[in-house]
Amino acid sequence: MPFIPHTERDVRDMLAAIGVQKIDDLFDEIPAELRSGKLDKIPEGLPEMEVAAILSERARQDAVALNFIGAGAYEHHIPAAVWQITTRGEFYSAYTPYQAEASQGTLQVLYEFQSMMTALTGMDVSNASMYDGASALGEALLMAVRSNKQNDSGLILMPKTVHPFYKEVVTSTTSAQGLRQTELAYCPKQGKTLLESLKAHEGQGITAVVIQQPNFFGTLEDVDAITDWAHAQGALVVAVVNPTSLALLKPPSQWGAKGADIVCGEGQPLGAPLASGGPYFGFLTTKMEFVRQMPGRIVGRTVDVDGKPGFSLTLQAREQHIRRSKATSNICTNQGLLVTAATIYMSLVGPEGLARVASASIANTGKLVNALAAVPGVSAVFSGARFHEAVIQLPKPAAEILPKLAEKGILGGFDLSRHYPELGNAVLVCATETKTESQIKRYAEALKQVLA
Amino acid sequence: MSNVPADLKYVKSHEWIKKLADGTVVIGITDHAQHALGDLVFVEVPKVGRKLAADESCAVVESVKAASDVYAPIAGEVIDANGALANTPEILNSDPYEAGWMWKMKPNNAADIDALLDAAGYQKLIDELN
Repeated sequence: MPFIPHTERDVRDMLAAIGVQKIDDLFDEIPAELRSGKLDKIPEGLPEMEVAAILSERARQDAVALNFIGAGAYEHHIPAAVWQITTRGEFYSAYTPYQAEASQGTLQVLYEFQSMMTALTGMDVSNASMYDGASALGEALLMAVRSNKQNDSGLILMPKTVHPFYKEVVTSTTSAQGLRQTELAYCPKQGKTLLESLKAHEGQGITAVVIQQPNFFGTLEDVDAITDWAHAQGALVVAVVNPTSLALLKPPSQWGAKGADIVCGEGQPLGAPLASGGPYFGFLTTKMEFVRQMPGRIVGRTVDVDGKPGFSLTLQAREQHIRRSKATSNICTNQGLLVTAATIYMSLVGPEGLARVASASIANTGKLVNALAAVPGVSAVFSGARFHEAVIQLPKPAAEILPKLAEKGILGGFDLSRHYPELGNAVLVCATETKTESQIKRYAEALKQVLA
Repeated sequence: MSNVPADLKYVKSHEWIKKLADGTVVIGITDHAQHALGDLVFVEVPKVGRKLAADESCAVVESVKAASDVYAPIAGEVIDANGALANTPEILNSDPYEAGWMWKMKPNNAADIDALLDAAGYQKLIDELN
């Protein structure tokens, strides 16, 4: 579907039809003091040549470093075909179409994406994506409150091992709606949620228990035991998962006896570049019994009047444009372009390729931890089984060491001291399939020099 | 032509209510309402034990066209809900006054029901809408 902007004449004709003079008149009812006024902090336009020069100058700051930071966004190899296909005109439109069924191709891509996400997570139904992993968790918890008829108190058990930024976003998006988060402690030796910490919450009428697998430290949680405990308490289980890891780990639908109820996560590892933090996309899948409480768009497959297959948005009656203020959520769109890239990425690498990406990342992180732990004064912090991230302890504050590594062109990891002061000089490190043995060696040698 | 049974009471938002011998009431949506909504695909009924104020939104009927709220005609406590609607919402289309009932309530004040529309009053209302 082509994107055709309005001409000045179109705009004039439309204003005349409405009976107003200028576009500003449409906003009459907004009081003057609430308007932004002139945006005078935005500089004047520049010629394309100058803009290109400025941006390539700035881009150079990005591209040279050897990156060992994960912490929720992961540097994976993206086959060149992914963005070659994604940026074709047919996909590369400004936004999702409002008359969605006019774009059968767009809907088919979303449908394929949903099918892939249900296959990866093992759940019955997927939506067409959310803004990012953190906001998807917020929406998943609001959905849990709507879905849990037994316990709708809004009490959420949130392990300390869940991504700290996710927790902040959840607080922003759900606290005004009455949700309360209670933390669960983790084992200082293994780096996973302490099962004993659950006991104190028995009989509290918990609405949902969050489980991040692998957790923020890269460690694997006891998902079966926590899931069964949560269900015995009448709570729903909200899983936060890394999609790459699902190529190897069992799907959340198989956690414990009944499986997770809502699954969400960050989709960036599936074909989206790091790109200074975004745009990324979130995903959300669930059991069929909760589908009417699911936020966002869902594409379904159907047949037209002639019996030919086609695609349409489905279960729209719960959405904003029909239910207005009583809608299930205020998410009424999807991250179309990123989802297109993810769908192409998954179809190119396939289940086997994704498993190889996951295995190679685990192996490289293992090599990285061994290489770093061989540096005097450095050690691995947790002994629990892990995916492709690990926590290492430095002999000096990370805030001192990481900048020195950066000077040598190495991004050495995520400083955990702000969110986990109890871990001392701990740094979260990651080596995906993109890292070579010589690069890992280079990091270990640089660390040795910096610490010497 | 919509069916408007003479022995029921009605409200403007298209719910019907019927007094039972034991003093409780049963509530559903009218034949006119089910016809206007079209084929129902999902019905959400209130939880047993919930205390409702008159005109409080407490249930949802969703058709292929729209999702609409259902309101409590009078104040009271929910004592039973029609579980069959979860898997067979179509019974609300085919039999809105019997098999398609939605929930039962113990009214706070049984006399509240007398102030509602009778069949003739409701018939007049839907005639005006048509």
